[in-house]
Amino acid sequence: MDRRTLLKNMAMTSLLPFGRAGWAFAGDGTAPAGKRMIVVMLRGAVDGLNVVVPYANDEYYSMRSSIAIARPGVEGGALDLDGRFGMHPALAPILPLWQSRKLAFVHACGSPDPTRSHFDAQDYMESGTPGVKSTGTGWMNRALGTLPQRPGALEAVSFGPVLPRIFSGPDAVANVPLGREAGRATAMDKSEINEGFDRMYADNGALGDAYREGRKSRQQILSDLGDGDARDMKEMKEADNGAPSPKGFALDAAQLATLLQRTPELQLAFMQLGGWDTHVNQGGSKGQLANHLQPLAEGLALLTSQLGPQLDDTVIVVMSEFGRTARENGNKGTDHGHGNVMWVLGGPVAGGKVYGDWPGLSSSALHEGRDLAVTTDFRAVLARVCEQHLRLPDKHLATVFPGAPATGSGNVKRLLTT
Amino acid sequence: MSRNVLGAITLTLLAFSGLSAADPAADQKAQQNALYVLDRLGYGPRPGDLDRVLAMGVDGYIDQQLAPEKITEPPELQRRLDALETTRLSAADLFRDYGPPARKAAGADEDARKKVQQAANHVAEQAQQARLLRAIYSPAQLQEVMTDFWFNHFNVFRDKGIEGHIWVGAYERDAIRPYALGHFRDLLGATAKHPAMLYYLDNWQSSMPRQDRFGDIKGGLNENYAREVMELHTLGVDGGYTQKDVTELARILTGWTYLPRELEAGSQPEFFFDPRRHDFGDKHFLGKNFDGAGSDGEEEGEHALDLLARSPATAKHISYQLAQYFVADQPPPELVQKLAKRFHDSNGDIREVLRTLFHSSEFRDAAASGGKFKTPYRYVISAVRASGIDVINFKPLLGALNQLGMPLYGCQTPDGYKNTQSAWLNPDAMVYRLNFANALGNGNLPLYHEPPPAPVAMAGDMPVSMSMAPPPMTAAQYKPSPPDPMVLQATLGNPFSLQTSEALAAAPPRLRAGMMLGSPEFMRY
Repeated sequence: MDRRTLLKNMAMTSLLPFGRAGWAFAGDGTAPAGKRMIVVMLRGAVDGLNVVVPYANDEYYSMRSSIAIARPGVEGGALDLDGRFGMHPALAPILPLWQSRKLAFVHACGSPDPTRSHFDAQDYMESGTPGVKSTGTGWMNRALGTLPQRPGALEAVSFGPVLPRIFSGPDAVANVPLGREAGRATAMDKSEINEGFDRMYADNGALGDAYREGRKSRQQILSDLGDGDARDMKEMKEADNGAPSPKGFALDAAQLATLLQRTPELQLAFMQLGGWDTHVNQGGSKGQLANHLQPLAEGLALLTSQLGPQLDDTVIVVMSEFGRTARENGNKGTDHGHGNVMWVLGGPVAGGKVYGDWPGLSSSALHEGRDLAVTTDFRAVLARVCEQHLRLPDKHLATVFPGAPATGSGNVKRLLTT
Repeated sequence: MSRNVLGAITLTLLAFSGLSAADPAADQKAQQNALYVLDRLGYGPRPGDLDRVLAMGVDGYIDQQLAPEKITEPPELQRRLDALETTRLSAADLFRDYGPPARKAAGADEDARKKVQQAANHVAEQAQQARLLRAIYSPAQLQEVMTDFWFNHFNVFRDKGIEGHIWVGAYERDAIRPYALGHFRDLLGATAKHPAMLYYLDNWQSSMPRQDRFGDIKGGLNENYAREVMELHTLGVDGGYTQKDVTELARILTGWTYLPRELEAGSQPEFFFDPRRHDFGDKHFLGKNFDGAGSDGEEEGEHALDLLARSPATAKHISYQLAQYFVADQPPPELVQKLAKRFHDSNGDIREVLRTLFHSSEFRDAAASGGKFKTPYRYVISAVRASGIDVINFKPLLGALNQLGMPLYGCQTPDGYKNTQSAWLNPDAMVYRLNFANALGNGNLPLYHEPPPAPVAMAGDMPVSMSMAPPPMTAAQYKPSPPDPMVLQATLGNPFSLQTSEALAAAPPRLRAGMMLGSPEFMRY
């Protein structure tokens, strides 16, 4: 550690109870919430052609003899969107969002980098710099750094036991453990124990920073979820009329909604889901992919409904590192491909429309003769949300997505209403 | 804070604790080096380890660890491993007794299906217990560290189907452990052919498209393994292969499979080359022509693995990972180069590459740095080792690994777990570690708790081993008594800074062991 950082840390720890700044409690949530962006990442490359099905393309059906989603109107058929595309039937829980024009898709969207490596492609999507591996920070952390600072507040949160690449960087981000553990009191919530550790970690570089951020977010999360958790769950159960209480992604989504409601300063959130790498027995309207899409759709529906009026200030993006082969493979599955579909939800979204420039699935249109081509750079969509929704000025956009194409290209420029 | 200051403080503390001898500075250096090799070649000191390494010297310890075949396991460890009856079953036996045939036999009966799943869980839990038992109690620590390293490198996932549950332990036992310090090519071949890997990365189903007796086209290529074996296991993502190479390798490896029916009957070896699935056409892979018709099919795959194992890109990729694992998150390029040369010259002899690594100046120079942040696995194992507790119930340890995002055998993706600070240091993990440290250090983890009884044997054809009684309890209490803070401090060689020492001194004695295990010094190694 250099001398300057050391001094800075020492000065701050001597002045304030926890870390860089005292902890501003969110209070009763009456303060107006700012603009929010939530990113949900589907790790493992979801098959976008079966998420938003180009049912008007005959090639789709000839290339996917066992896994295609049938045209709308038949048993297990796609949910019609616009006469050309239909949603996978497992996404029925978010159909009302489409109908109320709060859900849009950008098809044939993806990375300019051709890699079919999950890990490189995810890395690029999280660093925001396709093809450049040396980028040390994630774009959501850079975005956080350019947003108005509210000292001491919980401004960014990630769900899950590890901090994802997308949030790595100098600005503090809290992470919330998954499931019901999140709101439970622990030994570290006892002063007898945490006082000693506060002293031990009073400086200590990166470990000390993580420690203080962890203590701070524990307090916020305990106050948000600890007491309220049981009550909310009870209310939800009643509203669900005896349906099982949410678990997995739906539970995390409900907890995120609670955090967002009670923490007006929270601006950026990240969640992730795995299990999309369907090389074998992907299934059609039912089966493996359907079983993964359904809880995702249920969680998104729950999140948006619980946010209530706050959805007007929230944009949710669902993305995945690349798409899958247009043709099914030898095992009723799909291999690593290229172009995919991006989902954009929220009050500010000009929804009810499939955006992007659809290249079709003819053999000449396919990328390398096998994959959906990319006609919209994923950064164009993300940057559009950062620019128009989070109100990042141009000079900051260039920091968040260096070298990205103009955000106003194609019909994506009309993706948001404000 | 600079290391000089830290060193001076530690020295002072040592003087107080009465450990110093005629030349305290030399003693201090020797102790630091002994702790360093205990931490890096293994999972940190158990009570008494520091004195043992001081007695044999750092070089003596390295030599001992590089020859695990000469290290005898303690009889008690052996006895407890022997009690895990399913860890001795072959992959074929596991398949027949616990896998898809058992599930099929259960039919539509919900209770019977549940029992089959419980039995498969039991197999996976025994594999986890065996792994933790060895990591905590085996004196052949480098063997354990390298087993974990290679398992991650050639990762398979417990939760992919019932096959994942039943085979993850057999995979480690048969394909990883015997070659952990052996030749890379053997490791590559053993993993490529093990049913656990064939299943996990789908190659067992990959085949040349063929017509069935009705004239329908059945089967086809699956690229999954062909891509990952190059990207992750050998060349590395920048190793210079193309999409065409991926497809060609997938064609070369068609027919590398296992036959479920024959596995069940025990009539074929676990790996089976199926010429009916193999594509005998010509291929062009990594610049080499493969004359499909002129081979027996199987040898094409062996030849392709030879090419991959011998490639300079593989030597570099593996060397980088070893240097990152043992030295620094950003390993010195000179060291990587040195190791890659040794890898190449020794024909991928892992033991020789490691010998070069442990005797390199880069490794030795890092002794003073404490530059690596422990992964959750290393953190949990090292804490239990240092505490000297005899663990009977492993559930709290497995639960901690789950909560910290590193479930044992639970990495879903083929890249395995990372071992860098940026991957594992985060606010929630810090707080969770401290909670774990408190619970362990204050004697609040139910590590003696009686494990739930083994699943009840099913009627009829279930294996005899299932009805065996669980091993007798060796402890009366449910929770171990907490470690003595003085003993723990000596076990760890008192590595604490002044700041940590002051916080320890200010804390009530009953909390001190937990605080030591939660100290910044214990997070690093």
